[in-house]
Amino acid sequence: MNPSNYLYLSAVLFAIGALGVLVRRNAIVVFMCVELMLNACNLAFVSFSRVHGNLDGQVIAFFVMVVAASEVVVGLAIIMTIFRTRRSASVDEANLLKY
Amino acid sequence: MSTFSGALTHAADVAPAAVAASGLFSLTWLLIGFPLAGAAVLLLWGRRSDKWGHWLGVLASAASFVVAVVLFFGMLGQADDSRTVRQHLFDWIAVGTFNVPFDLRLDQLSITFVLLITGVGTLIHIYSVGYMSHDPERRKFFGYLNLFVASMLLLVLADNFLLLYVGWEGVGLASYLLIGFWFVKQSAAVASKKAFIVNRVGDLGLSLAVMLMFITFGSVTFDGVFAQAGSASESSLTWIGLALLLGACGKSAQFPLQSWLLDAMEGPTPVSALIHAATMVTAGVYLIVRSNAIFNAAPTAQTVVVIVGAITLLMGAIIGCAKDDIKKALAGSTMSQIGYMILAAGLGPVGYAFAIFHLVVHGFFKADMFLGAGSVMHAMNDQVGMRRFGTIRSWMIVTWITFGAGYLAILGIPPFAGFYSKDRIIEAAFSRGIVVGLVTVIGAGITAFYMTRLFVMTFHGKKRWTDDVHPHESPSIMVVPMAILAVLSALGGFLLAYNNAIFEWLAPVTGFEEPHLAISSLGMEGISLVVVIAGAALGWFLYDRRPVAEIAPAGNFLTRAARADLYGDAVNEAVFMRPGQYLTRSLVWVDQRVVDGAVNGVAATIGGLSGRARRMQTGFTRSYALSMLGGAALVVAALVLVRL
Repeated sequence: MNPSNYLYLSAVLFAIGALGVLVRRNAIVVFMCVELMLNACNLAFVSFSRVHGNLDGQVIAFFVMVVAASEVVVGLAIIMTIFRTRRSASVDEANLLKY
Repeated sequence: MSTFSGALTHAADVAPAAVAASGLFSLTWLLIGFPLAGAAVLLLWGRRSDKWGHWLGVLASAASFVVAVVLFFGMLGQADDSRTVRQHLFDWIAVGTFNVPFDLRLDQLSITFVLLITGVGTLIHIYSVGYMSHDPERRKFFGYLNLFVASMLLLVLADNFLLLYVGWEGVGLASYLLIGFWFVKQSAAVASKKAFIVNRVGDLGLSLAVMLMFITFGSVTFDGVFAQAGSASESSLTWIGLALLLGACGKSAQFPLQSWLLDAMEGPTPVSALIHAATMVTAGVYLIVRSNAIFNAAPTAQTVVVIVGAITLLMGAIIGCAKDDIKKALAGSTMSQIGYMILAAGLGPVGYAFAIFHLVVHGFFKADMFLGAGSVMHAMNDQVGMRRFGTIRSWMIVTWITFGAGYLAILGIPPFAGFYSKDRIIEAAFSRGIVVGLVTVIGAGITAFYMTRLFVMTFHGKKRWTDDVHPHESPSIMVVPMAILAVLSALGGFLLAYNNAIFEWLAPVTGFEEPHLAISSLGMEGISLVVVIAGAALGWFLYDRRPVAEIAPAGNFLTRAARADLYGDAVNEAVFMRPGQYLTRSLVWVDQRVVDGAVNGVAATIGGLSGRARRMQTGFTRSYALSMLGGAALVVAALVLVRL
């Protein structure tokens, strides 16, 4: 199968993720879109690894997964706390930190 | 002019080398030490010395006078060529090869001044004990007087121009403090400030002269400068001479820096007598005579000196004619007489000794008359307007006699002192040229007129004072100094000029040359005597035969001009003060609008822009995400473009 197709898929997934981050208000959904973007990146890394015939891309994909996992731990905790105090998970309502 | 250049070499030949002070002459420093210690005690000890402070002041000045007399007789015992003594006190400024020692120079010229300063100074100290007896600040007054005497002695004893400058500034300070002694009076405070500021202009000239000497000769000591004066270029000598003249003009109230002296009469009368008549204002004459080696080699500068002296001589005399304030009339006279001295000093070796001679006898008779004026003021409830005096002779016979001696002396009636000194200057002036000579003769005539006016308005005529005034003779502590000065005014000229004694005494320092005249000296004296008597007769006719108005009449154009000090203040105001004010105001405007405007404008712009930029921090997470995405897209686009 042509590796370009994987890259196209990766680009589409990344675009969907980015769009989701920009348009959705629910913090959980925004968070999931971020994960989607990370995994789109992972797909691109793995595809390039296959195209170039070395393992660097695959190794980096593992690093990304580790980072994503730790991010989930911290991020979910923050979202939980916000939800507990404000009874809402909307990212637009948590806007106190400004000029 | 041929005699002139002949005299030049004559003066240069005789400049004797100074010998180190030893024996008797190692006491020289005490001359300054006594009054300086007196000033220190009186000014630092404070009110604790109020009771005896004035006597300490008198003692300090008298001790200095005794030392001066001892040194004078010591000097008489020396041979002519070893009379110049230098006392090295310490190294003052030593920078590399440039070395200014703190040296005192005692020679014929400086001992003459020292005797005048300490002698007249002591008499005026004694007089002040009586004159200031009702003043609560009398001790401070004596402290300042002692400070003045010390500074003036430093001025005339200094062996280099830098040390002379210290004394020069010291007398300026003392003059400022004493003019403004009654500083609660607005007019006195303003007058002291005016004197100080006008003197700064002159002091600038002196400091420029010292700097020019350093550039030209690499030295500021008298010996170092005068020895090389012959070899320097004439233009630099002329500039040094003109800068020295500017300094002399400031201190001696000569045109164009004359305006402060009339206002300086706001000070107590003994101050006017000591500082603004007898000693400090003659410092300019000393400076020019001391620097004779420079002026001898710079004929242009000498001509300017003569012109300045001639202008001031006439200006002072004209102002003296119109003033109704007895002290201001005397101040105009002082200006005029110093004009005579400056003029004589500008004539070269033919005039130096005459200038100093006139300076000394002027110190006698003008101090005498100022003390007399103070005595009259003392009796008349401190009034100064002569239109309210009249017939005081009957109440104050001693003051009348002593003042009369000074009056006859300044007129130049033989055998009073002024006859010997002023006629010598007139003769010397005629040997320079007919115009200069005529100016001095006319000046003598005007002098006779205004002094007669002053004398008869005060002592003769009709009683014009109000009923609350009770004239009485002053206490003897004031009368005795006046009497001594009156005797000196009467006999001093004859004694000093006997056998040309003072001229030959001064000759090793100043050079001396008899003036060459077209007509005999006796004829010259006759002419000036006729002019003087004519002036005096006119004054007597106008102010004794006719009644004197108690309120000054409007007067003609010349009278009004003379009352306004010949518009000296008006010119200064129009030419210097107003433009200066406009200049500073425009500078303030530029500073506030342009400089501050630019700085404040930049700050305000940056502040405003930051305020706008802050608005980008909205607090909405998704807008941050959008800007991150946009930024990332830009970076990628840039990378792609670079790769292409």
